[in-house]
Amino acid sequence: MSDRSGFTEYHPRWLRPRMSTYWWLTRWSHFRFILRELSSVFVAWFVVYFLILVHAVSRGPASYQAFLDWSGSAAVLVLNVVGLAFVVFHAVTWFTLAPQAMAVRVGGRRVPGFIVAASNYLAWAVASAGVAWLLLGGWR
Amino acid sequence: MADTIIMKVARYRPEHEDEITFEEYEVPCPRDWVVLDGLNYIKDRVDGTLSYRWSCRMGICGSCGMTVNGEPQLTCATFLADYGPGPVRVEPLSNFPVVRDLVVELGDFMRKLVSVKPWIVREEEKPLSEGEYLQTPEELGEYKQYSMCINCMLCYAACPVYGLDPTFVGPAAIALAQRYNLDSRDQGAAERLDILSQHSGIWGCTFVGECTRVCPKNVDPAGAIQRYKLTTALETVKSFVMPWRAR
Repeated sequence: MSDRSGFTEYHPRWLRPRMSTYWWLTRWSHFRFILRELSSVFVAWFVVYFLILVHAVSRGPASYQAFLDWSGSAAVLVLNVVGLAFVVFHAVTWFTLAPQAMAVRVGGRRVPGFIVAASNYLAWAVASAGVAWLLLGGWR
Repeated sequence: MADTIIMKVARYRPEHEDEITFEEYEVPCPRDWVVLDGLNYIKDRVDGTLSYRWSCRMGICGSCGMTVNGEPQLTCATFLADYGPGPVRVEPLSNFPVVRDLVVELGDFMRKLVSVKPWIVREEEKPLSEGEYLQTPEELGEYKQYSMCINCMLCYAACPVYGLDPTFVGPAAIALAQRYNLDSRDQGAAERLDILSQHSGIWGCTFVGECTRVCPKNVDPAGAIQRYKLTTALETVKSFVMPWRAR
């Protein structure tokens, strides 16, 4: 028994265990959650990357070429590959969770979760195809 | 299958100890014994000083929630044999102050529960002569899932947000607020929104999803909170687009 312990007559001496700083390492579901939170950083990175691209294009062909050279360097390439993996992870987990957040009703009946998720994936595919069509010059 | 199993039970006796210690007990392990049966065996036959809560033994009262091998569980619905050959570690629910042994302090949850007004709020009650407030099966279906909550607080024990920030209103209280918001007889959604739209309300939730995973009644508190967020966001947009409709 330590010196600090003793009987408290009128009030129980509650124990308040503190949560470990490394709580997110103790369980796979927690670790996966932290990865998902971390993926937001890469989403932000791609916005910044896109702005750098726009800025380079606006300054002329030499600046654009410099941007392409920089993008082709090993460090930026690795960063973008890792970033893409995180962004895909972000998107997939987002769509997987969507049915929990959206209670869609059609004709008074609740639409099953997998249809809500599938419609999200479909919208993603259509939007991606639209962007690809624009970039590849399909509109010309 | 072994006839007995070792239970490692957390002990905290505030008059003797500053930290949780573990004691091992060997208990019978028939196929139909749950963890709570093991604790009752210890209490009745081995060590009468062990403290824990329990009541109904059938997953209704929500009082026997504890951490079993690291997972928040209702001990009346968790079979000892599933943990064979053992040992089975039994601890108090995480994220709550421990009063003694396996007993945790519930005051914080009780105060939060009341703050979200988990009852039917009416702007004006209709006279008794007009009869009951009738509901269709579809209207009942809107909120029935959330009404299954038994306040066992496993969701709070599983929620890292609540563990890190005790001001967070928490999964069960928000799910119960949603249960009444979705009830066709209720008119108190705006009052609850004042509490739940604060930072410590729905926006504190980062959608870890553990509350839904551990819920013994399939209430899906994480889903309730995200739906609430969606509703609140849409209401905010509406108040900008159609300010005359804002309350």
